[in-house]
Amino acid sequence: MKTDIVLSGVGGQGILSIAATIGMAALENNLFLKQSEIHGMSQRGGDVQSSMRISDKEIASDLIPLGGADLILSVEPMESLRHLPFLKEGGWLVTNSTPFVNIPNYPELDDVHAEIKKFPNHILIDADAIAAEIGSRKSSNIVMLGAASPFIDMPFETLEAGIRKIFGRKGEAIVEKNIEALRAGRDFTQKNK
Amino acid sequence: MEKLLLLGDEAIAQGAIDGGMSGIYGYPGTPSTEIAEYIQHSKEAIDKDLHREWSSNEKTAMESALGMSYAGKRAMVTMKHVGLNVAADAFVNSAVTGANGGLIVVAADDPSMHSSQNEQDSRFYAKFSFIPVLEPTNQQEAYDMAYYGFELSEKFKIPVLLRLTTRLAHSRAGVVRKPSKAENGVSLPENPRQFVLLPAIARKNYEVLLGIQPGLEKEAEESEFNTYIDGTDKKTGIIACGIAQNYLLESINGKEFNHPILKISQYPIPRKQVNKLLEECDEVIVMEDGYPVVEEMLKGYQEAGTKIRGRLDGTLPRTGELSPAVVAKGLGYDVNEGPAVPELVQSRPPAMCTGCGHIDVYTALNKSLAKYGEGRVFSDIGCYTLGALPPYNAINTCVDMGASITMAKGAADAGLVPAVAVIGDSTFTHSGLTGLIDAVSENSPITVIISDNFTTGMTGGQDSKALGRIEDIVKGIGVEEAHIRVLKPSKANMDEVISVLEEELAYNGVSVIIPRRQCIQTMKNKTLAAKIAELGLK
Repeated sequence: MKTDIVLSGVGGQGILSIAATIGMAALENNLFLKQSEIHGMSQRGGDVQSSMRISDKEIASDLIPLGGADLILSVEPMESLRHLPFLKEGGWLVTNSTPFVNIPNYPELDDVHAEIKKFPNHILIDADAIAAEIGSRKSSNIVMLGAASPFIDMPFETLEAGIRKIFGRKGEAIVEKNIEALRAGRDFTQKNK
Repeated sequence: MEKLLLLGDEAIAQGAIDGGMSGIYGYPGTPSTEIAEYIQHSKEAIDKDLHREWSSNEKTAMESALGMSYAGKRAMVTMKHVGLNVAADAFVNSAVTGANGGLIVVAADDPSMHSSQNEQDSRFYAKFSFIPVLEPTNQQEAYDMAYYGFELSEKFKIPVLLRLTTRLAHSRAGVVRKPSKAENGVSLPENPRQFVLLPAIARKNYEVLLGIQPGLEKEAEESEFNTYIDGTDKKTGIIACGIAQNYLLESINGKEFNHPILKISQYPIPRKQVNKLLEECDEVIVMEDGYPVVEEMLKGYQEAGTKIRGRLDGTLPRTGELSPAVVAKGLGYDVNEGPAVPELVQSRPPAMCTGCGHIDVYTALNKSLAKYGEGRVFSDIGCYTLGALPPYNAINTCVDMGASITMAKGAADAGLVPAVAVIGDSTFTHSGLTGLIDAVSENSPITVIISDNFTTGMTGGQDSKALGRIEDIVKGIGVEEAHIRVLKPSKANMDEVISVLEEELAYNGVSVIIPRRQCIQTMKNKTLAAKIAELGLK
């Protein structure tokens, strides 16, 4: 198996927690893993991207080749489009529909959604609303991970185990909310894909 | 042995701990910061009480590490590439003193300038200084090289440069540990004059330094980090340095590719393998994540008449980091890019955080300076450099750590009065003090704003050496007390900030204004909160 994922969003939106959870799950499954991430200046409200590569064979490059990603997982809709040149033919575009507007020239949201809908393989999900529904607004990133989980070639339970490890320090209540968020995201995709 | 999931930076840190290091020194800088941070949080490092505090700047860090090496223990220094400019005096001379305990200097280069002002290649410094280089290809090599680097350093009594680039520094993969080594005890250098660089001694040491070069070259030729994969198609040979090897392997995966490949990860350049490749191949493509260092050197190996291709002839782009696509194109392969980015996607540059104190400083500064006209704000390296972007457009320069105060002074010398310097607290203790002494000694008409947020913000909230000391430092340097103004930058306090700025801009001498408000990113840091309370800062 091999899954190459481009994670994208805006600095501070929690894509590194998504990456860490997938990473834990990959270790659990004895898979090879390379995960490249952005630190430093661009974290301050700029666009951020992380490459996540998991495989049962050794991985050479830390970066995903252009046209090589199986999945773009974005916690922000405009950011999902920024990395399209990395998407493989037939790959999936899974993105939050709620925008993060911190620039004056953010495009019309309907236009952004229309661009996303051009792809037959897309999941457009209001992760913020779902996270609010389960009473854990901060978990919208994990809702997104759940929404992408059907396209990640690993047993769902290992992602849950990853969440237990990553959030375990913060207490059982937070772990449970995040697992609820993960499942809610997955359920949305299973109904809408 | 135990397997860990580590960033390239963290792998270096763990390799150093396991390799028997006694202390790490450094100054935060992307993409190097996580090396020292890992050691600061490592239970083993804390239990062993390894030295792990940040230094004021890269030069003080390098010199402290050299002192630890003098005393016989193993030390590591970490910095980003431009930090090596600050440490250069000590670095170049450390080759002439040589090492006693193992000494590794880690420089994390940033090709494509993700978080930097240039993309200089630290391997040049090593060549210039006759210092061997280790350049890891992956996280496991990063670990192994930190571990082995101390052995290499002690074997040849010379500091070793461990050079990596952004992508490896900030990429995670599995790493297998080696058995942990004990630290060295204290032991003085065998030759008591080894570290005394008086000309007569330095001349002898320099002969020693040149004398060990063939041994270092042989070490590189025999190094397991330099690999030669032979191939039957000798029309083209490949040299891939460090991480370039990964992109090469990615690009040729699943393709018919029978060219010989020399991977170089330990320098001096392994002459034996390079000569073999040059003699057997009609042309050689050199792939390097950084400057064309090896490529330029090979142009001087022209005896074999082999054509050398790479960044200099356009086979690869002259600037920017390598990637799988760049390498594949260089090899002549088609790259099947995915869909184009729709035109409606706008760029999203980094910005200061909502509620950041620097924003209020710039709002007040722009208002106070309006009557004097544009072009008189000299800034520095930190989050406040983002004041260059709209809507603030508040600063006119950003060059290197500390250049705000000295450039303001030079501009004032030229007659641009008032001239304003904007510098952060940590950058001030890094490299601002000496410039302020210059300004005070001539009573230059400059206004220095030390925007104090109690931390090294841009790199993620590391300790600031300036914490609780700024007024004492500037007073000690000789700034008049009446012109040291501490205030709180906030919307509520805007009138006061503007009026203080206006008063000091009108003063014909050195003023230091200290707008003071905690970085909002550090609000959850309990250790910092305790220190702030203890110092009575507000």
